[in-house]
Amino acid sequence: MDNNQILEAVERYIAGQMNPDERVYFEQLRKSNPEIDQLVVEHTFFLQQFSRFDETRKLKSILNETHIHLAEKGQIESPRLKGKARVVYLYNRYKRTAAIAASIAGITALTMSALIWQLSSHVKPAQEVQELRRDIKQLETKSNQLENKSNQLEKKVNIINDQTKVVKPLPAIEYKSGGTGFLVDTKGYVVTNAHVIEGARHVAIQGSNNTDMSAQIVYVDQARDIAILKITDKSFKSPASIPYAIRRSTADIAEPIYTLGYPRNDIVYGEGYLSARTGFNGDTLSCQITVAANRGNSGSPILNSKGEVIGILSAKQNTAEGAVFAIHSKYILNALTELQKDSSYKSIKIPASSSLKGSDRTQQVKKISDYVYMVKVD
Amino acid sequence: MKAEYNEKALLQGLARSDKKAVETIYKENYNLIQTLVVKNNGTSEDAKDIFQEAMMVLFEKVQSGSFELNCQIRTFVYSVSRRLWLKKLMQQNRMSLAEGHEEVVSVDGEMEEHDRRNQEFTTMEKAMGGLGEPCKSLLEAFYIQKRSMNEIASSFGYTNAENAKNQKYKCLNRLKKLFFSHHNGS
Repeated sequence: MDNNQILEAVERYIAGQMNPDERVYFEQLRKSNPEIDQLVVEHTFFLQQFSRFDETRKLKSILNETHIHLAEKGQIESPRLKGKARVVYLYNRYKRTAAIAASIAGITALTMSALIWQLSSHVKPAQEVQELRRDIKQLETKSNQLENKSNQLEKKVNIINDQTKVVKPLPAIEYKSGGTGFLVDTKGYVVTNAHVIEGARHVAIQGSNNTDMSAQIVYVDQARDIAILKITDKSFKSPASIPYAIRRSTADIAEPIYTLGYPRNDIVYGEGYLSARTGFNGDTLSCQITVAANRGNSGSPILNSKGEVIGILSAKQNTAEGAVFAIHSKYILNALTELQKDSSYKSIKIPASSSLKGSDRTQQVKKISDYVYMVKVD
Repeated sequence: MKAEYNEKALLQGLARSDKKAVETIYKENYNLIQTLVVKNNGTSEDAKDIFQEAMMVLFEKVQSGSFELNCQIRTFVYSVSRRLWLKKLMQQNRMSLAEGHEEVVSVDGEMEEHDRRNQEFTTMEKAMGGLGEPCKSLLEAFYIQKRSMNEIASSFGYTNAENAKNQKYKCLNRLKKLFFSHHNGS
């Protein structure tokens, strides 16, 4: 008998799969051979550990799922502190840190001004300026060379510009064109790209249940390519909360991201990473991501691993492989704040914290897909 | 009497990792723990972690087959959460705990057992992490999903069940070696 056969016999013995004769024989072997006896004990322990590991893992994932589910239905208290309670909480938590930071800042400021005052009396400002000017002259020649190059590039860019414009109109089935949008307020406010709804007479939103809901355009910012729609259809049921948050700060390069959109009649998932903080041609409104994107993906949310929206997918560069651009999420927030100034939209609430943190990707996507819609335009 | 019966049914459900039972216990006890943690310098994120760990402790207890808590689920979960949060606060050198008038029972034995289980879980997690593919999936397919050797052979691309079985034992031996080296080391 080789080792595997012994192990197999031990496993069958533990699982009670041996017939009575075999069992008697094996038990005798166990008594006479302490090594086999030890192996049975050890393997029983190991199998128990293995199944416990699995049970624990399963329960942990059920617990996470339950938490998101209950928070969404509003059956446990909202996962974030609001208003006054939050201020008091933050004050209590950080008062010591704040006091220390303030005193360090004070001391540093005093030291710095003392140093500057002391040093500045020895420095000859005129010389410094001269040195700087020389630097600039050197730079100037370099920049002349660069200008020539950039003239050449400009031609190419113009071609690319034309091509990116070509990406924009997006075909759909009944309506003439379409894209993707996602919910940012439980009352039915949906964010998408301005170019998706350009020249629209009617706008409809199609959810995961494949029914069309009519919607109305309430805000358009052509420059930032952001539009906000409101679902006006009676069949729209507003959820208790939105699982994802909208991130205020810029995401980091190489941060893994994923997106959900409607390049075809069914929701499609794609994943990738943030590849540059700026967008096409150094555009600071957007960032560059690497992810599979197709017509109809315009307006798709870009999310990070914590389930925070970091941008809206807006365009794709045809001349470069895999270069896709997304508008920074802070412009969504800006657009919403702008909209709140209008008294009839005062009640808009911006989702500030994500309840998806810690749950795995499949779970996140399952939750989010209910809040991502197809935007159809006539 | 009826409440007692319900509690027992819930615990039996939890022992089977039944979603409905988990949800009911979660719904009825989470807010209490969140209040405790948030009132004592914690965030709602901390509350979630503490509550879920307390649920694990309860799970470990009922898994051993005893569904007779000597108190209500609420009291048990509260007592465990309180201990867990105190421990966390002590690590940050804060000792005090502001509480309401909630009943507390001793959970020393359970906490000891829980620490041991936690250790074992991390050990297995580490061993599985060090194992790599396709060994990991192969073992999970056999020991956890309980799929037959024939099925496994065809889905993993082995030419026959015998080869898959040999590979499985190779993987199993590697995992055991990794596990016991961590286990005896710690």
